Amino acid sequence: MASFATNEMRNGTRVLVDGDPHSIINNEMVKPGKGQAFNRIKMRNLKTGRVIEKTLKSGDSLEAADVMEIEVQYLYNDGEHWHFMHPETFEQYATSAAAVVDARQWLKENDICQLTLWNNEPLSVLPPNFVTLRISETDPGVKGDTAGTGGKPAKLESGATVRVPLFVQTGELVKVDTRTGEYVSRVKE
Amino acid sequence: MSWQPTASLAALKARAKLIDDIRAFFKARNILEVETPLLSASTGTDPHINAIQTKSGHYLQTSPEFAMKRLLASGSGPIFQICKAFRDEEIGQYHRQEFTMLEWYRPGFDHYQLMDETDALLQTVFDIHTAARRVSYQALFEHHLDINPHQVDIKTLRELAMQHHIFTDQLNSKDDYLDLLFYHCLQPTLQQATFVYHYPTSQAALAKIHGNIAERFELFLSGIELANGFHELCDPVEQQQRFNNDVAKRQQLGKAAVTIDQRFLAALEHSLPHCAGIALGIDRLLMITLNCDRIDATISFANEIEDS
Repeated sequence: MASFATNEMRNGTRVLVDGDPHSIINNEMVKPGKGQAFNRIKMRNLKTGRVIEKTLKSGDSLEAADVMEIEVQYLYNDGEHWHFMHPETFEQYATSAAAVVDARQWLKENDICQLTLWNNEPLSVLPPNFVTLRISETDPGVKGDTAGTGGKPAKLESGATVRVPLFVQTGELVKVDTRTGEYVSRVKE
Repeated sequence: MSWQPTASLAALKARAKLIDDIRAFFKARNILEVETPLLSASTGTDPHINAIQTKSGHYLQTSPEFAMKRLLASGSGPIFQICKAFRDEEIGQYHRQEFTMLEWYRPGFDHYQLMDETDALLQTVFDIHTAARRVSYQALFEHHLDINPHQVDIKTLRELAMQHHIFTDQLNSKDDYLDLLFYHCLQPTLQQATFVYHYPTSQAALAKIHGNIAERFELFLSGIELANGFHELCDPVEQQQRFNNDVAKRQQLGKAAVTIDQRFLAALEHSLPHCAGIALGIDRLLMITLNCDRIDATISFANEIEDS
């Protein structure tokens, strides 16, 4: 079975700990002048998002987790599952709500997302960095206002709420950065 | 891959000044500066230190200790050296495989006197007038973890590691647990300059053993291990015995076999004067001087191998 020794564990290396896939976020060697060297390893549980720390003797290894990322197109949500499709193989993947917990509020049909698979099963979905979404509801703004003031909340067609400038109106398209949840610009149709 | 230095010009200037200050300190005390080979036919036996070996089977030195002790045995009197040392696979926030070491020896000194002198050096390079704190290894464990490190059993140490949320696979050595607890629970408390002295005999390395303690000390500053000093073992029979123990331990750990330094043993048989010696990491001292948290910021080209 594939495994990674402590000196092969880099940021992003996927390993199995207590049966769950983890992604390494920090690997620090600690070694007293006289004594055993250890690696203090911080990693994120890819199922729960929880960050844990584990200390290994330098040279010890952890089993590799079969985790990979693929680009998929978001198709639809049937109320229980979210459905995606590989744009070239047309293979379809259905995920539970847990896998889209962070992404669902940004998902729009036909957008290309990143799907993380563990042993070929969907683990999590990452939305595109930028999405263009229609405003479904926002208070009417004041005329003559320009970007830079406090703005107002606007509900998007996908369910997310973002702060937009006062001049942006219901029914308009806006570009949003999904990593920060911040409004970027208006989009002309 | 970057051709540019990992250290700023300010860091390089600070390094040059630090080395000037160190040389001036030892010169004022009539301590002779020496050079010893970086490339050697033999190496140390420490089971946790791996030497880098050349194609011809020679070793890049992991410390200049044995060669400097041969100078002492030949009647050199007090000596110091600033040199490169090499340790395979030691790469991290505080480690580089190639690093700069200050090592010095004082015939006639014990470890207390050498702590005094090390403290004087620290006060000189930092231009301060406060003495470092001194605390025994035992007192430190008693104060923070409520255990006597010389008497505690491995089961208690294992439970203590769990209690402090140090998740690790089971370790089979008491010293490994002591190191682990020291690193996680004690070292972060050593922010002001602190000498920790009298280590367990199982961690004596090349220090004299007196009763149930090894006459060894370490210096910590800003939570960083900076130096390691010994009241030096001079007895050739005991030295040979420790080499044998190390060789057995290396075998047990599956480490590469090493060639024992017979010239060093011959020098001990001739007679090594009673002395104390210490090795101090110059790069780490610079980290503290510059208030930076990565060793590579103190070294002109720190990532030559890692990045290639």
